[in-house]
Amino acid sequence: MRAPLFNVHGVSAIYRFEMARFTRTIWQSLVTPVITTSLYFVVFGSAIGSRMQDVHGVPYAAFIVPGLMMMTLFTESIFNGSFGIYFPKFVGTIYELLSAPISPLEAVVAYVGAAATKSVVLGLVILATASMFVSIDIAHPIAMVGFLVLIAVTFALFGFILGIWANSFEQLNVVPMLIMTPLTFLGGAFYSIEMLPAAWRVVTLFNPVVYIISCFRWSFFGQADVPVALSVGLTVAFFAACLVAVGMIFKTGWRLKN
Amino acid sequence: MSSIISISNLTKTYASGVQALKPVSLEIKRGEIFALLGPNGAGKTTLINIVCGIVTSSGGTVLADGHDIVRDYRLARMKIGLVPQELHTDAFETVLHTVSFSRGLYGRPRNPEFIEKVLRDLTLWDKRNAMIRTLSGGMKRRVMIAKALAHEPTILFLDEPTAGVDVELRRDMWDMVRSLREKGVTIILTTHYIDEAEEMADRIGVINKGELIVVEEKAALMKKLGKKELTLQLQEPLTAIPAELSDWQLDLKADGLELHYAFDGTSDPNATGRGISSLLKRVSELGIGFKDLNTKQSSLEDIFVNLVHRDSGAGK
Repeated sequence: MRAPLFNVHGVSAIYRFEMARFTRTIWQSLVTPVITTSLYFVVFGSAIGSRMQDVHGVPYAAFIVPGLMMMTLFTESIFNGSFGIYFPKFVGTIYELLSAPISPLEAVVAYVGAAATKSVVLGLVILATASMFVSIDIAHPIAMVGFLVLIAVTFALFGFILGIWANSFEQLNVVPMLIMTPLTFLGGAFYSIEMLPAAWRVVTLFNPVVYIISCFRWSFFGQADVPVALSVGLTVAFFAACLVAVGMIFKTGWRLKN
Repeated sequence: MSSIISISNLTKTYASGVQALKPVSLEIKRGEIFALLGPNGAGKTTLINIVCGIVTSSGGTVLADGHDIVRDYRLARMKIGLVPQELHTDAFETVLHTVSFSRGLYGRPRNPEFIEKVLRDLTLWDKRNAMIRTLSGGMKRRVMIAKALAHEPTILFLDEPTAGVDVELRRDMWDMVRSLREKGVTIILTTHYIDEAEEMADRIGVINKGELIVVEEKAALMKKLGKKELTLQLQEPLTAIPAELSDWQLDLKADGLELHYAFDGTSDPNATGRGISSLLKRVSELGIGFKDLNTKQSSLEDIFVNLVHRDSGAGK
């Protein structure tokens, strides 16, 4: 008997298991972002947006769509990526994953793949909801989908690491709530950084989220706050760093094995 | 090759500094039921968890059906099924889903007929669409077993399978273990109940403080474990054991005031002419008077203490 090169059945079992949790709570999973997005449009799009000038020739209501999508994408990717691996650790079913003939790479592909799938679906749902309020022309649709997937996978992978690191539900929430949400708000989700005073503009450049939102917005409107290549480079670098970290975690068994 | 599992010089020291396994070497024969017997904290679960890949060893090697568990982990793990001691289940999954999931996870293609058979054998088929959290503890234990069998392993580890299990499930479980053995599955179970080991196992290994003290055929070990001891409290002290009593291999203790006779409690010693009644007869013939006598059967604890003492004595 020869060892299979890739445990397809194992990866598909985990992927389907994770997606089943999503579909079991499909209404909660989908209704929440739809309602949240609608509320943002009522507040920022209609109430405030009508008094705002166009940003680089884009109506304010349309301008905030990429930022809104990114906000959900960050939190959902991190949450799903971390919960998928944290929960088996918490209830003890992780024993099965650790004793299964599945490689670290395969486990990551399955868990992160499922988490990223969910956030991409949610991102598209938000886009669909937004397009009911405002007309959106996407300048670079292929790049837009590419970024959506890249960012979802990167942050699901980041979440996966958090899920392995976390020893409690509180720790699980620390990074998304305390770090990602403020960084997103200050990362140009609702404004172009050119609208800031010069000093703050410099400070903002230290916020990695600025680069992500900027390139995503470029795929919509063809305008970016920072060079697109720099944004993509940084995102890919962050993705690679997470990949190396996961590799080391599995190699040493950190927080997984005694 | 008759060994299905070869463990050589396996050690484990936890980060806390606790040495859970001193170098342990053990051969498990193909198709046998092997019981690993030991008190709590002896290293039984650590040993099993290393073989199954849940705990990383500090040294030594393990081959499962010829495959190194680290280098060829895929092939090794596909052969192994594990039923852990604790009931770890996905509360919100159905029985059928969780068992099918296990099969896929272990790299096997879907096979609904086989899953149905496993569930029927464990009387879980009627509960296949029930959420696991609605099941009783005994049923959850069955689910754990079904998950371990879902990928058709040839080696099955049962860690404390009857801890907290009712009589009926215990009987079902032993029936299942026997029928699996008939199909050629090798079974390694851990327990701290000696009667359980006695009922099921072909061979028994005794582990204590991370050391394998004894590995024996059941019959041979039960003889050792089943020691009884007769103590005669004498009226007058003896300076030496009379030559007439040499057949019994007695010990003289308490300054010659106590005669100890350790004998095999599992077979009929009277048949060999070295039983208690013939000993007492000979003692009275010799005119040795005694005030009192008592017999004592060694408990499992005594046996462990004895084995450990003997072991450390031999090591000096």
